[in-house]
Amino acid sequence: MAEVMLPMKMEMANAPSKFKSPDLLHVLAVDDSHVDRKFIERLLKVSSCKVTVVDSATRALQYLGLDVNEKPVGVKDLKVNLIMTDYSMPGMTGYELLKKIKESSAFRDVPVVVMSSENILPRIDRCLEEGAEDFLLKPVKLSDVRRIRDSLMKAEDLSFTKSVNKRELETENVYSLDSTVPSQQLKRTKI
Amino acid sequence: MELVQMQKSLQDYTKSLFLEGVLDSQFLQLQQLQDESNPDFVSQVVTLFFQDSDRILNDLSLSLDQQVVDFKKVDPHVHQLKGSSSSIGAQRVKNACVVFRTFCEQQNVEGCHRCLQQVKQEYYLVKNRLETLFKLEQQIVASGGVIPAMELGF
Repeated sequence: MAEVMLPMKMEMANAPSKFKSPDLLHVLAVDDSHVDRKFIERLLKVSSCKVTVVDSATRALQYLGLDVNEKPVGVKDLKVNLIMTDYSMPGMTGYELLKKIKESSAFRDVPVVVMSSENILPRIDRCLEEGAEDFLLKPVKLSDVRRIRDSLMKAEDLSFTKSVNKRELETENVYSLDSTVPSQQLKRTKI
Repeated sequence: MELVQMQKSLQDYTKSLFLEGVLDSQFLQLQQLQDESNPDFVSQVVTLFFQDSDRILNDLSLSLDQQVVDFKKVDPHVHQLKGSSSSIGAQRVKNACVVFRTFCEQQNVEGCHRCLQQVKQEYYLVKNRLETLFKLEQQIVASGGVIPAMELGF
């Protein structure tokens, strides 16, 4: 058993992100603008993300199974790693969508990024206070998407590493844990 | 016309659009997102922009022609157009929309009518220019050539 553990540990130390395909980051993008939907979809695909695009906050809630009027759609199997939403949308705004997501038990831990063409500080503050991970000014840049993706992948890797280390601790410990690994690595990184 | 000449013409033409301020760097971002796996990306996005804009400009004309102008309807349309023109790099259309919105805020009907004309003018200009640009690209591709990458040193 211990022999099996050691190579796995070495693998983890050298491994790049666990997100080799098909384990790509799955991003749900929400925007009422046709042009912007096409644009953000391309930005995300170029950044090696799996993308689902919807044209309204209502449809986003339906997709996530959070719409009270609809039956939940296979919520258990749905894995969304990031939600990117436009702020100004007719009907429900991105801000209202953000609130609904943060109120849900299923998706409150999913990072939500808000996008807007308007640089309005109170708006930005409001979104960040409500738990948005980031606020991007439109037009969104490829560098913005890459930055967010990299932070997310780091955070997911760390929580994956945490669960692996936990398993190691729980198994019979013939090889002692590498004491040079700092405990800070197990903390979730804020974007 | 020789392929090399066509490619030079395209580069010169594109350059002029940037120098005139018709397009801004966002258009370059779009071009950078295009590759062999998505060779029509730019024209697809621009086509969506044309479709959206035609619809919005039509709606704006109707809204501003009403006896009593409902600015709550007018402003969101202009905001939308400002957003989509910004996303494709149609700088002059975007700037015209910014001015338009200030007149909406002031509820100035006369000013809004003038702005709508200005926006339409800039829109038809960029539409015309982009259609020409795509034609030049098509000619190059049809001749078996590759569309040259835009150089930024101008």
